[in-house]
Amino acid sequence: MSAAVDLFTIVAVSAGVFFFLAGTVGLLRFPDTLTRLHALTKADNLGLGLVVLGLLPRAAGPVGVLKLVCVWLLVLLGSAAVSQLIARAVRNEGPGA
Amino acid sequence: MTEFLLAASGFVLAMVSLGLIRVLRGPGNADRMMAAQLLGTGGIAGLLLLGTAAGAGATADVALTLALLATFAAIAFVKKGSSRSPDAPQSGT
Amino acid sequence: MTTWESFDIVLAVLVLPLAFWTIAARETFVAVVSYVAYGLLLALVWVRLGAPDVALAVAAIGSGLSGVLLLGTAARLRDVEEQAAAARPSLLLRVIAAVLSVTVAAGLAVALQFLPDPAPTLAPVAARNLAATGVGNPVTAVLMAFRAMDTLLEKVVLMLALVGVWSLAPDRVWGGRQGPRHQADPQGMLVFLARLLPPVGVVVGVYLLWVSADEPGGAFQGSTILAAMWLLAMLAGLTDTPPVSSRRLRLALIAGPAVFLLVGLGGLWLGDSFLSYPAAWAKTLIVVIEIGMLLTVGLTLALLVAGPPERSARQ
Repeated sequence: MSAAVDLFTIVAVSAGVFFFLAGTVGLLRFPDTLTRLHALTKADNLGLGLVVLGLLPRAAGPVGVLKLVCVWLLVLLGSAAVSQLIARAVRNEGPGA
Repeated sequence: MTEFLLAASGFVLAMVSLGLIRVLRGPGNADRMMAAQLLGTGGIAGLLLLGTAAGAGATADVALTLALLATFAAIAFVKKGSSRSPDAPQSGT
Repeated sequence: MTTWESFDIVLAVLVLPLAFWTIAARETFVAVVSYVAYGLLLALVWVRLGAPDVALAVAAIGSGLSGVLLLGTAARLRDVEEQAAAARPSLLLRVIAAVLSVTVAAGLAVALQFLPDPAPTLAPVAARNLAATGVGNPVTAVLMAFRAMDTLLEKVVLMLALVGVWSLAPDRVWGGRQGPRHQADPQGMLVFLARLLPPVGVVVGVYLLWVSADEPGGAFQGSTILAAMWLLAMLAGLTDTPPVSSRRLRLALIAGPAVFLLVGLGGLWLGDSFLSYPAAWAKTLIVVIEIGMLLTVGLTLALLVAGPPERSARQ
């Protein structure tokens, strides 16, 4: 049982780390501000989400689980809103915003 | 498991810090803000991994605080980083 | 080398170039972004050093509020940035400053190597007397009981800083509202976020205050979150800074230090000395003081970031 849980954590965290890698590569290599923004949001949502998912079995009780999920939801909400705002700023002012 | 979590944490932090090169290159303030945003999210992920590896329960609280303040800082950056004067009515913002 | 040591090296390798880049950046905006990123990584360093309370403070204030404050400053200075850059001090002066800074830093590093191994500290004495304060978190005990005088004076200093910011108002808007009036599309993203996030932030802020009795947290950190939430509502145009001349605002600002002072004087009257807490009441008094502090410090920090008054009170 514990080995299966550990395996789950390793798989989920590795997948999350992969998305962070993808997000960074996208941020550095994509040609345009808006495409870079797209890469960024993948890291925010999936990267952190998978990492949190992998850490849930090791959280400290139900309050710990709740806090981890809250962190992910807050980041999801915040990054979604900020991405919209950045995209609108870029649209209003051109790529050199 | 502890080593794996630490290694994952270090890797995520290194990755998002690499993304800060975007702060150097620009070409605009929006790109720089995005790099900082990535660092914020990666920092939270690295923090949670570090906290679980170290067994410290308070890191979830630090991550909560970081999530809230990072969102606030990012919004302030978008509002003030754009070259429009701050109290012109902005469409859609 | 253990994994912990490798992790520490990775952190150090990430933090130092960021610190360097914050100073060396040409554009103010780049420097501010670097500073916020640096604060974020520094919070991680503090967690690694086993000081979650300090990590909370650095994440909240050093990275969040200070970053926004510096950004507001950068925005104001945008017009004169070319002139300021042209007025840089001479190369010789900068070299001397660099040499001095490096010498001080190297001296500190060397001194750290030669510290006596059980370094002289009052921590064991404080830990032994923790039970008398009624709180379980040693940081809270030191801040609110053993060194309560320092905390009281810090709150007064914050108030003086705010008075300083208020006094920057031009004559015609004396006593007016701080900062510009922000506007945002009522159907837009920013207003949506500014309606959704502050309630969560208030819960987290009060939670940090409440949990600081026995776990890492703190009234200061909680009040920073409250200040950030209020500033967010201001940025979305949902609310406005109160006029500086408002009596209710001034009463709220005095409330925190006043409660602190009253408790201190009560200690003088009912107990041994100024700021001594009667043993059975220690935790209650600490919580009461912290609630007052939460309100006042939250208001003060938000108003400090909002900037000097720019509009008359009627607008």
